[in-house]
Amino acid sequence: MAEIRNYTLNFGPQHPAAHGVLRLVLEMDGEVIERADPHVGLLHRATEKLAEHKTFLQSVPYMDRLDYVSMMCNEHAYVMAVERLLGIEVPIRAQYIRVMFDELTRLLNHLLWLGTHGLDIGAMTIFLYTFREREDLFDMYEAVSGARMHASYYRPGGVYRDLPERMPQYTPNRFKGEADVKRLNENRQGSLLDFIEDFTDRFPVYVDEYETLLTDNRIWKQRTVDIAVVSPERAKALGLTGPMLRGSGVVWDLRKMRPYEVYDRMDFEIPVGRNGDCYDRYLVRMEEMRQANRIVRQCVDWLRKNPGPVIVDNHKVAPPPRADMKNNMEELIHHFKLFTEGMHVPEGEVYAAVEHPKGEFGIYLVSDGANKPYRMKIRPAGFTHMAATDELVRGHMLADVTAVIGTIDVVFGDIDR
Amino acid sequence: MPLTPEALLSRLQETLGESIVASRIALGELTVEVAAENWLQVARQLRDEPSLAFDTFTDLCGMDYSAYRDGQWEGKRFAVVMHVRSVAKNHLLRVRAFCEDDALPLMASVVDVWPAANWFEREAFDLYGIVFEGHPDLRRILTDYGFIGHPFRKDFPLSGHVEMRYDPELRRVVYQPVSIDPREVTPRIVREENYGGVE
Repeated sequence: MAEIRNYTLNFGPQHPAAHGVLRLVLEMDGEVIERADPHVGLLHRATEKLAEHKTFLQSVPYMDRLDYVSMMCNEHAYVMAVERLLGIEVPIRAQYIRVMFDELTRLLNHLLWLGTHGLDIGAMTIFLYTFREREDLFDMYEAVSGARMHASYYRPGGVYRDLPERMPQYTPNRFKGEADVKRLNENRQGSLLDFIEDFTDRFPVYVDEYETLLTDNRIWKQRTVDIAVVSPERAKALGLTGPMLRGSGVVWDLRKMRPYEVYDRMDFEIPVGRNGDCYDRYLVRMEEMRQANRIVRQCVDWLRKNPGPVIVDNHKVAPPPRADMKNNMEELIHHFKLFTEGMHVPEGEVYAAVEHPKGEFGIYLVSDGANKPYRMKIRPAGFTHMAATDELVRGHMLADVTAVIGTIDVVFGDIDR
Repeated sequence: MPLTPEALLSRLQETLGESIVASRIALGELTVEVAAENWLQVARQLRDEPSLAFDTFTDLCGMDYSAYRDGQWEGKRFAVVMHVRSVAKNHLLRVRAFCEDDALPLMASVVDVWPAANWFEREAFDLYGIVFEGHPDLRRILTDYGFIGHPFRKDFPLSGHVEMRYDPELRRVVYQPVSIDPREVTPRIVREENYGGVE
C-alpha cells in the first residue's frame, strides 16, 4: 500500500492567476484543499500612514493607486469623507459627473474582472473582447483628466474641471494610416458626452456578445456552477459586500440603501443571485454592467441639459479659476495657501462609504483640525473577501482555486493598501 | 428608511444601558464608547439583540492618540474603533474602546461574534501592536515576514528603520539601516480656535 501524505503547495506570489502578488499556502489532501492560508501584504505601501503626512488634497492621487482598476470610485469615498467633515455641499452637476464616472468605472472594473476571470478558467476569447471596450473607457478617463488610469479627477468640493467640449481624436502616425484613423475617429467628432452616449448605445450589444460566449457555455458552467457556495447568513457574517453578497441573494446596495450623491434620482435595479455560487456572482456582475450602462445614460441626458459649476466656490477648499488667480491679489493668496498649507478640516471623525465595483469601500477619516488627516483608515472592499478565501476553497479541487480568486475579483492595490 | 442616529442611540441605551461610557452624534453618525472590559459582551449584544441586529461587520482599526492636537491628548493612548452594520435594519454604528494599558494594549477579540473581524484584528495587531485576546491566529498580516515594530504608531518614522537591497557579494537580499533622511515638505499645523477672527 502506497503511503498517503498531505502536501503543502505554494500558490503564488508569481502565479499568473493570482492577480498580482498573492501568496496562497494550500494544504492539500491529494487534489482536495484542506486549508488555504493567504499571505497578503506584499504590495503594502502604507497609504494610510502616508496620508497622515500629506495635506488633504495631496492624498487624492494615492486613492487611485489603491484599487487600481476602479480608480475614481476610490477617490469618491475619500473626497466624500473630506467633504462631510468640512460640511460643504457639492454642486449638483459635479454630483452627476461623479455618478456617471463611478458607473463608467464599474464597467471598467467588471470588464477587467470578466476578461481575467475568463482567462483564468479557460476562456481566452472573452479577454480580447473586454479589453476592446476598456480602451474606449480609458479614452473617456483621458479626455476628462488627462490620465488613462490614475485620474485624480475628483477633488474635495467637486471635480477638477468640466467635461470637455471636444473629444480628442487620433492622428495618423507610422502605425495607424489615414483609413484607420478615419474609422477610429468616427464617433469622436463631437463632445465627450456624445462619445459616451455613443458608447452606451453600443454597450448592451457588447454585453450580449459576452453572454453568448459564456452564459450557456458548457465548460464555463462546469467551472463555476456550485463552486464556492456561500449562504446569505454566512456571507453577512464573513463581511462580504457588493456582488459577493448579492450573489448569495441578499438585497444590499449602498447606492439604494444609503444613497449618496444623486443615486436616489437614478432609475436602476439591483440584481441578486440565488445559489451564491461563482456562476450566480458572474450573472450578478453581468447584470450590474447593464444597469451601470443605464445609469450612465441617464447622467448623460441630464448633463446635456444642465450646465453649471462643477466645483464649490469656497476658495478655502477649491482653487480659484486660473484667470482670477492671475488678476486678483486675494485669489492669488487663496491659491497659494491652498496649494502650500492646504485646507484645514474641522475636528471630527467620519466614515464615508461608496458602493465600489467590488463591494463596500469606505474611508474612516479622523481630523484633529490640522491641515493633514490625523488618521485615515481605508476599509478595502477586497479585504474581507480575501479573508473568506479559506472558507470558500475548502473541500474544492486545486483547479477551483483560480475560479474562487476570479470570483472574488481580487486586486491587491486595495487589499494591501 | 434607516433609523435616525438619535433613535438608534435610545435603542442602544435600552439594551446596553450602563455599558455605554459616552456617546456622540455628529455628521449623521453615532459613535458610542464602551469600556475595554465590556467590548466582547457589547459586541454579542449588538449582534444578538433583535432590535439592533448588527449582522455584518464593516471595519475595525487601531488608533494611536498620542500625537492628537500636537500632543495635547490626555487619556489612554491606544483605542480600537469598529464599524458594524446591520444589513437587515440598515444601521451603521461606530464603537470605540480605549485599551487600559499603554505599554501592552489589550482588547478582547470579536472573531467569535463576527468572523469578518479576523483579518482586521490581525491588521490592528500588526500596525499598532494591539493584542486581541482570544484571537485564533494573531499573526502579522501586512508587513514583511520578520518585521520589527508597529509601523502605524505615531512614534514610528514614516521612512522606517531599515531598508532592503540586494548584496552582490553575499548574493542575497540584506537589510540595512535606512539611508534616507525623513523630511517634511508641508508642516503639520493645527490652528488655534478662531484663528484670525474666522469662525
